[in-house]
Order: sequence, then structure tokens, then C-alpha cells
Amino acid sequence: MTEQMPKKERMKIPRQTMPEQEPDVRNHNFKEVPLGLTEEQAVLEANRCIECKKAPCIPGCPVEVDIPGFIRLVMDRDYAAAARKIKETNSLPAVCGRVCPQEEQCEIVCTLHKKFKPVAIGYLERFVSDWERENNLVVLPEIAPPTGRKVACVGSGPAGLTVAGDLVKLGHAVTIFEALHKPGGVLVYGIPEFRLPKHIVQAECDFLAEMGVEFQNSTVVGKMDTIDELFEMGYDAVFIGTGAGLPNFMGIPGENLIGIYSANEYLTRSNLMRAYDFPNNDTPIIIGKNVAVLGGGNTAMDAVRTSLRLGADNAYIVYRRSEAEMPARAEEIHHAMDEGVQFHMLTTPIEFIGDDDNKVKAMECLRMDLGEPDASGRRRPVPIEGSNFIMEVDLVVVAIGNSSNPLIPQTTPGLDTNKWGNITVNDDTMLTSRKGVYAGGDIVTGGATVILAAGAGKKAARAIHKYLMEEVEK
Amino acid sequence: MQKVFDNTQIGPMVWKMRVEVPRMVARAKAGQFVILRVNENGERVPMSIAGLDKENGLLTIIYQVVGKTSALMTTVPDGGEISDCVGPLGLPSHVDNWGTAVLVGGGIGIAPIYPIAQAYKEAGNKLHTIIGARSKDLLFYEDEHKAVADELHICTDDGSVGHHGFVSDILKQLLDSGEKIGMIMAIGPVIMMKVVANLTRSYEVPTWVSLNPLMIDGTGMCGGCRVSIGDETKFACVDGPDFDGHKVDFDLLTSRLGAYKEQERVAMKRFLENPGCKLAKAVETFKYPNEVK
Ligand SMILES: Cc1cc2nc3c(=O)[nH]c(=O)nc-3n(C[C@H](O)[C@H](O)[C@H](O)COP(=O)(O)OP(=O)(O)OC[C@H]3O[C@@H](n4cnc5c(N)ncnc54)[C@H](O)[C@@H]3O)c2cc1C
Ligand SMILES: Cc1cc2nc3c(=O)[nH]c(=O)nc-3n(C[C@H](O)[C@H](O)[C@H](O)COP(=O)(O)OP(=O)(O)OC[C@H]3O[C@@H](n4cnc5c(N)ncnc54)[C@H](O)[C@@H]3O)c2cc1C
Ligand code: SF4
Ligand code: SF4
Ligand code: FES
Repeated sequence: MTEQMPKKERMKIPRQTMPEQEPDVRNHNFKEVPLGLTEEQAVLEANRCIECKKAPCIPGCPVEVDIPGFIRLVMDRDYAAAARKIKETNSLPAVCGRVCPQEEQCEIVCTLHKKFKPVAIGYLERFVSDWERENNLVVLPEIAPPTGRKVACVGSGPAGLTVAGDLVKLGHAVTIFEALHKPGGVLVYGIPEFRLPKHIVQAECDFLAEMGVEFQNSTVVGKMDTIDELFEMGYDAVFIGTGAGLPNFMGIPGENLIGIYSANEYLTRSNLMRAYDFPNNDTPIIIGKNVAVLGGGNTAMDAVRTSLRLGADNAYIVYRRSEAEMPARAEEIHHAMDEGVQFHMLTTPIEFIGDDDNKVKAMECLRMDLGEPDASGRRRPVPIEGSNFIMEVDLVVVAIGNSSNPLIPQTTPGLDTNKWGNITVNDDTMLTSRKGVYAGGDIVTGGATVILAAGAGKKAARAIHKYLMEEVEK
Repeated sequence: MQKVFDNTQIGPMVWKMRVEVPRMVARAKAGQFVILRVNENGERVPMSIAGLDKENGLLTIIYQVVGKTSALMTTVPDGGEISDCVGPLGLPSHVDNWGTAVLVGGGIGIAPIYPIAQAYKEAGNKLHTIIGARSKDLLFYEDEHKAVADELHICTDDGSVGHHGFVSDILKQLLDSGEKIGMIMAIGPVIMMKVVANLTRSYEVPTWVSLNPLMIDGTGMCGGCRVSIGDETKFACVDGPDFDGHKVDFDLLTSRLGAYKEQERVAMKRFLENPGCKLAKAVETFKYPNEVK
């Protein structure tokens, strides 16, 4: 143990700022924006934690990471142990440390938040898991002897990866079926490299493979095998973590013009297919000069920042409410602003206008006012009559959310869904209306967060284990 | 990684390839398609199912060299591998006994109508198959189609074999002959499908076409494959690829297929300048149609 600074001294340490690439440099490359804390910064930051007895930060985290517990290990400079401590409840710390909305989860309830800035829990989480990975300190956990039970995970997003990791540790044989050619779900096809380097996701998947998880990529369940056929093939339980992957469109005239993408398509081309590196990679992407991204969530921020990096002169966020209502993380909004993204708030397009080649060249918009709060508690945007104006754009990315993909419910008799098409489950066990079939992540909640998906995976894994051991005869 | 066999040239710019995907072959049905990637930096390209050898677990695809990826596909050696092949995707073609049915295949569309012809025949239909191409050497699968169809009609734009003219001429003759036709299915270049659909509309014979918009995932995730059907937007990869031809906005489809013309040229030029592997003569001298003068 290193020497402990006196408490008074510790209180004086300012919250450490994470070094970042400069805005006018990073908006031309796809490298990660925040560079990570240095070791000394991490130890200083850890020393800010006053190790509260009641640790209000813990219930602030959806998976209840033992925050003071891992931070203590950082103070002691035992970073690998700190990473392992986090992994007791969160299987993807390198990912969550980067993409969790900490400012509204673990950090907002930190005791220091009232008087000072909260402990940078996310930065520390990222630091220790990067340390563990970069120094090859990741150790395979002990794997229980084989139980003879087989589990199929459908989808390899954070929910599926978590289920697979937890169950393989308990000695079950786990296969992940993934529709795309690479595992990771939104972590590989949606979130850009500059926020979450793909090698980190790959490392998590490699780790699972080493533990014995079998990956069957390029396999669309419901088209190749149905859930019922998976049972016939000898799987004893199935987890569905297929995400919310059906893009919503505005439903306004001109939406099928060339140059209008869903955020899923735009980001998939750029991330999964690496179109940002065309022609070294074969998949092309339209390079817009004046790009409008419709929406105000994380997805919209990712798309608009991608467009800058691909060479846009003007990159706009067009959002129908005001900045206060934007669902994107504050950090991402600021990153986008620093990089030169222009925000058009209280604006909504009503029609897209094309040129002779059917390419989008402009959109007609309306200005909005905020009215009474709606069902979501946010003030409802109401169009201002006669406020129509034209915005010249040559690329539009529609980032107004996703619905759930109907493929699995359509091909699985007896699987109940709600009116939005999300699979309904028992909240405690994630059990669906079908025996032995569990579900979690965005397919249950609608578009949410990585840590909520991973948390649902944890819950499901516990229930699946119980089911396999108590109800499945071998 | 999937093993590839019998990757052979069967026409001036047409190749045939068999891919070892036994589990998929066991489940695939006529009218569905796959998406494959040749290598790690490769594009995901959709290809129709042109044959299913269930015994050996082999999928046949027939492809035309139109750009970089299809050119690259010609270089995969016998017994070599491609990175991945996902499927079966899309909905199978609707198959029923309509009495008499007509299948129309133009150009590369001659291939995917073959398994559909087999399925139609099995369902008990009397089958007229019309296949057409620009000229004799661009035709293929005549024997296969002859074996399945009750009547096979061949046409070429230049008259080098069969009827001198378009597939739609023969179709019109059939429609005018008085024989009651219960179903028409056409696959081929967009312009051909459009002409066929326009022709059959006035005869009020149900006409299905198989649409080929640009795709990425093929699972309904990206919306890149959207097509307009009777003013409704559909995703061809999950709602299709077959649609009611009388409702399709073919002009939209045509324009969307041209979205990446410039990039495609860049990719192909770069590829031909630096092939790095042995290309067939035909591919080495590849020209886009409007460059051939
Ligand atoms: C652009 C973008 C940015 C985001 N940014 C953040 C962020 O900063 N922080 C945060 O916490 N959250 C963020 N999110 C949300 C977060 O990524 C999701 O909530 C999370 O990934 C959901 O995980 P999941 O496991 O439920 O599904 P997904 O990650 O969606 O994965 C589902 C997987 O299932 C596969 N699949 C689907 N159907 C089938 C089938 N039939 N057979 C086989 N496989 C199938 C899909 O191909 C996919 O790989 C973002 C989302 C997007 C789109
Ligand atoms: C469901 C479906 C089934 C298909 N089945 C077959 C098949 O059995 N055999 C076959 O040869 N091709 C088929 N295609 C078309 C095939 O996917 C494209 O030819 C291929 O992607 C072209 O790739 P490339 O890199 O060689 O050419 P690119 O450089 O990408 O394109 C060159 C030219 O081909 C056109 N093109 C590109 N993609 C398509 C497309 N999807 N459809 C039509 N034209 C396109 C472009 O407009 C461009 O002018 C199918 C497409 C779909 C959507
Ligand atoms: S997982 Fe997310 S919410 Fe939980 S402690 Fe880590 S950063 Fe905070
Ligand atoms: S609330 Fe803040 S200071 Fe208290 S234990 Fe948690 S991180 Fe440390
Ligand atoms: S190809 Fe992506 S939705 Fe159809």
C-alpha cells in the first residue's frame, strides 16, 4: 500500500481533466478523442474519493459496481485488481468507462458532487481496464467444470456478450449467433471509432472466445434456424439480445432521395464497413458538403461528428426541441460543438427536395415553439405557422431512433411483445412468455444504454443458470 | 470462411460459383438471396440463389462482372475461400398452383428464375419460361430451363438466336394468345421489369418482380434497400425482394442504384491497375457500358 494523503489534502485535489485531441485536429481523423488519464492523474483522481460509508455512487450505477472498492485499489496502484473488482458486476468496463452516461448515473450522486466536482468514476474505470488489457494482465477466470447444458445467445451486443461471459464461466456451453460478420452489435456498427475503438470490442470478444464461447457470425436466427429449431438442435435455453435495429424515418415527402441515410446505414457504412477508409476498403459512402443530421441523441451526435471527419464543410444538428431536451450525453454535445457542429434547435424538416438526378439538394423546414409537456415530460414542440424556410443540404442523416426488428417475434410462436414490438419479460428473471427463452437489452427496453443492456444480461444469466441447473434434466 | 468451388466463366462477363454453406442450403428456398464478402476489406454484396445442391451442401450463384467486387470474385480459386456468406435472406418467392404461369428472365435474371421455375413446376403449374439477353453468347442455362419449362422461349436483342427482340414481345404474344395465365414473375434489369409490369397491367395478370437495390446488412437494420411500393416505403431485404410489379416505383430504384457511380469507378480503376492476382482476360479489359464506343 502506498502512503495515504491526509484527507484535507485530498479534498484539495481538483477533478482531473482527461487529455483530448484538439478539436481542429480530431475533426479530421477517426482516432479516439479522449486520450485517457495518465497513471499519476488516475492515482490523484482516486485520492479524491472520500470512501463514503454509504457510497451513494453504487446504487447510481445500474449494475452496482463497487465503486469505492475499485477506487481504493487504484489508490493502492493495483490497477489489474481494480479492473477485476469492476468485472465482478460489469463485464465491459473498457466500453462502459468510455460510453456510459456517468454524469447522470454514478457521478451525479457522488457525495462530492454537491460541493465539488464528482469523482471521475468513468475515467478511472476506463483507466484500469485499459491498463489491464495493455499490460496483458487480463487473466482468464476460473471456469466451472462442464455442466453439459447448452445455451444459445442471439445477438452479440452488450446484452448477449454479458450473458455469454457469465454462463460460460459457470460451465455451460455457450454459442453466440450474430447476424453481421463481426460481433459487438451497436458497439461495432454504431458507435464510431473516435469514441470507442473497435479493437477494444474485439478484445472483449476474443476474451470470451478464450473462455470457450463459440461465435457463429453471419447467422441470422429466424432465417437460418428459428428459436424452436435451436431447441431441437440441443440448446437448453435461449437468450434473445437482438437490439433495437429497425431505423425510423420521418415519413415526409422525398425521403427516399439519394443522399438521405438512416443513422444506422450511415454509421454502419463508416464503422463496420470502414467506408471512411475508402477505397482501401470497398464500401463507399456519400461525402456531404452540407450535412444535416436530424435528431438530438447520441446517435445524432455520432453521425454529425462522423460527417465532419469525412469532409463536411457544414455539419448541422437539426432538432425539433431545444438543447435542454436533447437526449445525447452532455459530453458528446460539447464535443460536437467544439468540433464545429452547428446546432439548429426548434427546427423540423417537412419535405426533402431533390435535383434532376434524384439527389437531395435542400430541405424545407419549419420552426417550432415549445408548448405543454408531453407524455415524456418534455415540452412538446409545436410548429410555428408560416415559419417555413429552405436549408441547402446535400446529405441528410435521419437519427430519430430505432424500433425493434420483428424477425424473431415473427418466427417464434408464443413469444409475447408489447405494442411497440418489444419482447415482454419478467423484470426479475428476464424470462419471456416462452419456457427457456430469455431476453434483454434494447429488444426489451427499446433503445437504451450499453450498461442497461449489460445489466439485463447479468440478470438473465443468473436466471438462466438457475433454470439450467434446476429444471433441465441431464 | 466459406469454401468456393467451380468458379468458372460461363459467358463474356458472367461467372458461376458454388459456395459450401450446407446449413443454409438445407433451409434456403427459391427467391431468397445471400450476402457475401470476399475478404476482410470487402463490400457486402447480395447475390440471388441460382441453385441449391442439398446433397453436397452447395449453393450456386451466377454473377455478372459489373464492378470491383464482382471482378474480385472471379479471382477466388477452386477450393479457395471467401470471408463470409450470410443467408438465406429475404422472403421466398410465393409459390402456388395458378394453372399456367410465365417466368421471364432477362440477362443475369436468367439465373434466379431457375430455382423459381423448379418450384412453380413442382407446385403443378404449366410453365412458360422466357429468357432473353443482348446476344447469343450472353445466354446461359438454356438446358436447365428447357428441362423444367413446358415451353421455353428464347430471345436476343440482336437476333443471334431465338426471337429477334425483347422478352416483352414474347410475353405479349402469350398474353394475346388467349391462354389463361395466372401468374407472371419477372427478374432482370430494372428497365426490363418495368416494361414487363407496364405491359401486364392492362391485362390485369398478377406480376411479381424481384428487386435488387443496394444493400448492406440484409436484415432490416439500415434501410439502405428501401423501395417504394404503391407509395409505401418497404425494405427490400426483409419485405421482399419480390414485390407486386404493378406497384413498384422503378424509376426511383434505377436512380438509387446509381448513388455511388463515381466511387465505383474509382474502386474499379484502382483494382484493374493493381490486380495483384490473376484476372481473366475479360475482366482485365473491363469497360463500363457507356465507355464502350
Ligand atoms: C449510434 C449509437 C450510439 C450510442 N451511444 C451510446 C452511448 O454513448 N452510451 C450508451 O450507453 N449507449 C449508447 N447507445 C445505445 C447502446 O449502444 C445500446 O443500448 C446497446 O448497444 C444495446 O445492446 P443490445 O445488446 O441490446 O443490442 P445491440 O447492441 O443492438 O446488438 C444486437 C445484435 O443482435 C444482432 N441481431 C439482430 N437480430 C438478429 C438475429 N435475428 N439473429 C442474429 N443476430 C441478430 C444484431 O446484428 C446486433 O449485432 C448508442 C446507440 C447507437 C445506435
Ligand atoms: C437481392 C439481390 C440479388 C442479386 N442477385 C444477383 C445475382 O444473382 N447475380 C448478380 O450478378 N448480381 C446480383 N445482384 C446485384 C449485385 O449485388 C451487384 O451487381 C454487385 O453488388 C455489384 O458489386 P460490384 O462491386 O461488382 O459493382 P459496383 O461497382 O458496386 O457496381 C457497378 C454497377 O452495378 C450496379 N449495381 C451495383 N449494385 C447493384 C445491385 N444491387 N443491383 C443491380 N445493379 C447494381 C451499379 O449501379 C453500378 O452501376 C443482386 C442484388 C440484390 C439486391
Ligand atoms: S458501469 Fe457505468 S454507471 Fe456503472 S460505475 Fe461504471 S461508468 Fe458508472
Ligand atoms: S460517492 Fe463519490 S466520494 Fe463517495 S465513495 Fe462514491 S465515488 Fe467516492
Ligand atoms: S439492406 Fe439494410 S435494411 Fe435492407
